[in-house]
Amino acid sequence: MSTATFDAIVVGAGSVGTPTAMYLAERGLKILVVDQFPSPGQGSNKCAIGGIRATHSAPAKIRLCLESLATFSSWEHLHGDDIEWHMGGYCFVAYRDDEERLLRDLLKVQKSYGLNIDWYGAAELLERVPSLGHEGLRGGTLSPEDGSASPMRSCLAFYRRARALGVTFRFSERVTGLIRRRSQIVGVRTDKGGYASETVINAAGAWARSVAQAGGLDTPVVPDCHEAGITEPAARFLEPMVVDIRPTAGARNYYFCQLAGGQVIFCITPDPALVGSDRRETSAFLPMIARRMVNLMPRLANLRVRRTWRGLYPMTPDGAPVVGRSQVLSGYVHAEGMCGQGFMLGPGVGALVARLVTGALEPADEAVLAELAPTRAFGGAEALK
Amino acid sequence: MSDFRITEHPILVVPDVPRFSFSWSGQELSARQGETIAAALFANGVRVFGHHTKDGAPQGIFCANGQCAQCTVIADGLAVKSCMVPVTPGMRVEPLDAAPSLPEAGGALQYHAIDTIEVECLVLGGGPAGLSAAVELGRAGVSVVILDDKERLGGKLVLQTHKFFGSIEACHAGTRGIDIAAKLEAEVRSYENVRVWTDSVALAVFSDRKVGVLRQGHYVIVQPQVLLVATGARERSLVFRGNTLPGVYGAGAFQTLVNRDLVRPSARLFVVGGGNVGLIAAYHALQAGIQVVGLCEALPDCGGYKVHKDKLVRMGVPIYTSHTVVSANGEEEVTSVTIAAIDSAWKPIEGTEKTFACDTVLVAVGLDPVDEFHRKAKEFGLPALAAGDAEEIAEASAAMFTGKIRGLEIARMLGRDVGEVPPEWHKTAEVLKSRPGATVTEEIPDDEQGVFPVFHCSQEIPCNPCTSICPKHAIRIEGDDILGLPTFVEEDCIACEQCVAVCPGLAITLVDFRSDRESAIVTLPYEFTRATINEGDLVTVLDTEGKVLGNVPVVKVRAPKFADHALLVKVRAPREIAKLAAGIRVQEPWVGEPLEEKVERVADDQVVCRCERVTAGEIRAHIRAGVRDLNELKALTRAGMGACGGKTCPTLIRRLFLEEGVSPGEITELTQRPLVMEVTLGAFAGVITGEGPAKDVPRTHAVAVHEGGV
Repeated sequence: MSTATFDAIVVGAGSVGTPTAMYLAERGLKILVVDQFPSPGQGSNKCAIGGIRATHSAPAKIRLCLESLATFSSWEHLHGDDIEWHMGGYCFVAYRDDEERLLRDLLKVQKSYGLNIDWYGAAELLERVPSLGHEGLRGGTLSPEDGSASPMRSCLAFYRRARALGVTFRFSERVTGLIRRRSQIVGVRTDKGGYASETVINAAGAWARSVAQAGGLDTPVVPDCHEAGITEPAARFLEPMVVDIRPTAGARNYYFCQLAGGQVIFCITPDPALVGSDRRETSAFLPMIARRMVNLMPRLANLRVRRTWRGLYPMTPDGAPVVGRSQVLSGYVHAEGMCGQGFMLGPGVGALVARLVTGALEPADEAVLAELAPTRAFGGAEALK
Repeated sequence: MSDFRITEHPILVVPDVPRFSFSWSGQELSARQGETIAAALFANGVRVFGHHTKDGAPQGIFCANGQCAQCTVIADGLAVKSCMVPVTPGMRVEPLDAAPSLPEAGGALQYHAIDTIEVECLVLGGGPAGLSAAVELGRAGVSVVILDDKERLGGKLVLQTHKFFGSIEACHAGTRGIDIAAKLEAEVRSYENVRVWTDSVALAVFSDRKVGVLRQGHYVIVQPQVLLVATGARERSLVFRGNTLPGVYGAGAFQTLVNRDLVRPSARLFVVGGGNVGLIAAYHALQAGIQVVGLCEALPDCGGYKVHKDKLVRMGVPIYTSHTVVSANGEEEVTSVTIAAIDSAWKPIEGTEKTFACDTVLVAVGLDPVDEFHRKAKEFGLPALAAGDAEEIAEASAAMFTGKIRGLEIARMLGRDVGEVPPEWHKTAEVLKSRPGATVTEEIPDDEQGVFPVFHCSQEIPCNPCTSICPKHAIRIEGDDILGLPTFVEEDCIACEQCVAVCPGLAITLVDFRSDRESAIVTLPYEFTRATINEGDLVTVLDTEGKVLGNVPVVKVRAPKFADHALLVKVRAPREIAKLAAGIRVQEPWVGEPLEEKVERVADDQVVCRCERVTAGEIRAHIRAGVRDLNELKALTRAGMGACGGKTCPTLIRRLFLEEGVSPGEITELTQRPLVMEVTLGAFAGVITGEGPAKDVPRTHAVAVHEGGV
């Protein structure tokens, strides 16, 4: 029995793997995508809330997300699928000294990268986000060019385009091993067979570490759990993603935005982190986040919650993604550890990996790859053993 | 606007309730205190509650049970399910025609802590199964919280104006469902260790083995040692053109409007489905003074009890077996229905279409268990049992009995010394769940003298109250098998007529030749208002199968107390037909006449997902393109993503896969996520509304949570 051969194999058909496959196919490569779930985006993509911003503080993420933003914002115009892109901006609010100082410090860095973001005093901010609780509001940052889109619809749009470009997808198939010849990767073994390729890209998100370990490698990606929810739709009353970074018992921050369809979607960052991959819903989430949301924006008290769920953040020790060629196994490419930002980073990372694999890197890519290198020191920890 | 209320009912007492006004789209209307917004609107002739934002399709009720969200309206600025929220004086109700605008919070908010309440057993659902279980648990001294989403306990029993089948000892056979509910409730409330939470709905079972409950508008978390899921069933929908037009709704919804809310929501209706639910709904319609134009059933025979079907046929309702509904027709509301005969592949046969003018099409095509809490509890390792329809769809009589068994089983699990569940209980439970058995040829006795009962009961169903009620013990079933058919075994009938009155199928008559051997006095049960029948009237009598026997005079009408609101009508019938006469026609034949021209609905609006208005055509296209994961289908179409929480459409979608030749094994099921019901962020935040969170009425002595067992 002959083994099917591909120019590259992408492990994972989620937020990162799907656009990666699409960009590789755009460059004329014959691509296979293998995913353990039965259809695209069934890992963490469907659990993402859909926020997309370039207003980070690390230059690599800024560059990648600017590229992503360009993809999301022009997608419907170029390809016709409605991915529910809404350019509502991001708003980080400050009600105390600590947050005001932190945000203003961050702003200097963000400004230095040329990002469209500004500080607004309480009165100005309320003009733009009128539903915010007035009492004690100091102000906040607002970045109007950020926004949101539907993770599922986007993933399916990338999937459709990838298929149209000839990408082969194998679902409900788990990678059980990486086949190597000396220090060169030559294919993957799955629970249903094997495929040959001299390029394999790990875009397996929260499951990236088990894929690496199946090949005798490792990557410092450990998932933790985040719960999210969505409400019924309402007529638009909120433009930006609102982020409240005041730490409180049980949580570091929480954030919410109103989607193109009118629903409010919300998520909380537990503190301490809930390390693991338990995707089952808990009773603690709703009372915790609802109290904070209603406190911040009393109007939300009347909005009905429709559904809640739990998703996984593939975390790295330093909170930055791992992207680049392996130094120990030739042909093996990391596109993992997105730390909960796989959806907004996905198209940017996918395009970068496509350039990397086809030898078409641009000058600015080098710095990004250096910052996200698998070989970097992760807070003293060694990336690859 | 005219008043579509029931002012007189053969069985139900119409109470005198204070009225007040509310407004609909700025127009002042009258409501009865305590009724839901949906009932008040229907009572005023309003049944288009809004238009869908996606395609402008008119929206009305479907389930009237809080399960779907099609009846959503804007009440005092907030989107609410009109079938669950009571109308209040001066309430401003508006149709939902676009995404509702979110009002500002009024004033400073006050919060309560979200309590976690520990209890030995939490019973979800105060219907026949839950109440019966709570009685056993109460007796065993278990600390119980039983909750129900309605204001009143009883579940669907409160809609059951007919007398029950089964046996008197096991499940109150011969008593009306509404009265059984009252009996069970009184018993449950007599136990100090059982706390009853009405207007309370379970929202989710979480992985930390806690149950989120919205109790009278305030959120509370319950941590039970054992969960009993007695949440009943939800009505299935059916895919046909025009299937979401206002006027197309569930038979259960109809019974809610008519029997609970005392609203007459229709003048002429058609029933789709010949199971017990459809047959009984048609009968309830006739009792409420509504014309029943017809009933269609896809199978060659009705699946419900034959006595229910016979009753309808005798009253003049045409039944079309091997027929299906093709379309509900109309622009904003139903104005007619088109049906057709079907071939062996279930496809409508062209040229056999018939259209009937009607304003309502009742969908009664079966029930699905509300079993998601049970599945989640098992997944999360919370000890849980299910009872009644939540476990297996069957009659309410079976639900009461399985509830009783589960109650005892849970008491044992919790370490109570209640002994084993008697083996005969399990046997009775199985018998009560029996599907209708063989139909035999009706046996008409040879006698033409004296007085004796005649049984127009020719199908094996679990029912025997006639054998218990006869004071002479002269009615017996061979081998005392509840599934067997009754026979009259002795000659000393005292003509007490109690068997005629108790028979839930209205299938026993008393034939009396004592005064005249050529024309007997026949006593027939009759459950319509007293005003519709009088001594001296000529009435048409029919045999069991609905064949007209002739017109005979009414000689006496009685309403004895033991008949419990039914009338016992004596007619004088010639010898040849006396023993055959099984019922009196109440609906004239012209009512069931089809229109001369058939109406064809052009729009291909066969809606599968009501919330997001996804059609069968869209879903079929995705299936043909290779989609096999319901989660992917959801992402592609939004089917299952709407306000109802994906409760109605998965059954329909699975059926489409089957029709497209995809076997169930190839399909990935929809991931079920909380919540079962949409609830405000305010409730989860602990915002205090109205009088604040409900407190349990202090009992004389608290019941300690028992430690042993689980």
